[in-house]
Amino acid sequence: MSGQSDPRGFTFSAAELEFLAEDETMEIVPNLSMERLSLISGDFGPFRPQIATQVPIWLAVALKKRGKCTIRPPDWMSVEKLTQVLEAERDSASSFEALPFHYVEISRLLFDHARDDIPDVYMVRSLIEDIKDVRFHKIGTGLEKLSSRTYAMKLNLSAMEVNVIRPFVTGGLETFYKLGNPDMIQESERQEYRRPQAADRGPRRELRR
Amino acid sequence: MESGSGEGTGGFSAMDDYETLISTTDADLLKRSWRNEKAAPEILQFESSLVQRSREQIQLMEETVEEFMKNGEDPLTVSLYQMDIDRTLFLLRSYLRTRLQKIEKFMFHIQKTADLWTRLSRQEQKFAKRSIEDMKQHLEQSVLTKLPDRYKSHLKQSVISEEDDMVMEPKLDAFVICRTRKFLGSLPVDDSGEENPLDMYAGDIYALRYKSIKPLIETGQLDLV
Repeated sequence: MSGQSDPRGFTFSAAELEFLAEDETMEIVPNLSMERLSLISGDFGPFRPQIATQVPIWLAVALKKRGKCTIRPPDWMSVEKLTQVLEAERDSASSFEALPFHYVEISRLLFDHARDDIPDVYMVRSLIEDIKDVRFHKIGTGLEKLSSRTYAMKLNLSAMEVNVIRPFVTGGLETFYKLGNPDMIQESERQEYRRPQAADRGPRRELRR
Repeated sequence: MESGSGEGTGGFSAMDDYETLISTTDADLLKRSWRNEKAAPEILQFESSLVQRSREQIQLMEETVEEFMKNGEDPLTVSLYQMDIDRTLFLLRSYLRTRLQKIEKFMFHIQKTADLWTRLSRQEQKFAKRSIEDMKQHLEQSVLTKLPDRYKSHLKQSVISEEDDMVMEPKLDAFVICRTRKFLGSLPVDDSGEENPLDMYAGDIYALRYKSIKPLIETGQLDLV
């Protein structure tokens, strides 16, 4: 059993991560009147034209698709904020700036469905791409520090980043743990010297002798 | 909610608990259970009352939507309600399906481990029993009956095996990635002699060995992500 790796690899698919991100709330300005929605995921509204309100992204996108609202991009998605983040990311070799846990998915959803609501959309988009690249480069360098002495690894990253490096990190740590585990070493020694026939492939070994 | 978190967390965690208490909906709880179940290597306790409540809510909402349609409610409102139902249904289905996959994978192990067996719902136990029977029958018919006497067990490689060495077990030593819900103080994560406590603050994300944090997931202080 030891050599088996998990065939699933990624625990969550990209679509599932997007699904999770769609529950984050966002401010919208509706242009219709609609009563309060009492949904399973919470109560939202009432909706009145020109009055901003907070809704989950899936709801915002659904209204946007029908032309019933404009989405107000979150503060962190402004050129000014993103430029700061990018500079800070570049300045520090190891630490990561605080971005929303789902920043990749949220920005992607807004680029896909609400381009016209984002000021300087091209600039914002390229800044986010740059931030993503810089962070991934740092993650790659950070992973080189993984060693047999790592019992826990702090990964204050976003959902997508965590998901991408998950198979490597968990697999690597697990292998180091296995190799460094004194019980394991003793057990394999015991199996080798003390009970040659008792092990699972007993009969075959007898044949070979 | 006891955590071995030591001093200095009293008021803070009480406030935290209060906040989760007032702001946690069943939808959030279901999402959390789904994530944990998907990321944990072994099967977790079945959330029977949560599943029951979610089912009832979905049913209630479906009735509401039907009523809306009858009364000629605005189609946009109806479609938004429907989307909300679909999202909850997806979570519920995916949660149950993830569990069934684990049961299929580890059925013999779950069956012989009382602690695991009780984590299943009644329907899951029924499913497990039938899968076990079918799998056993299949293995016997296709292979085992044709083998020499000492190799006829579906649980053991041969009669001299001391343990059930053909039973697939979940790897509890596997590393998982988790996020803390609140300050947990220092946490001894290393059980191999060396003291190596971690200071875990709310929102921190760590890769840790599943075995060492298992109790914290069960009490809801950590989420798997």
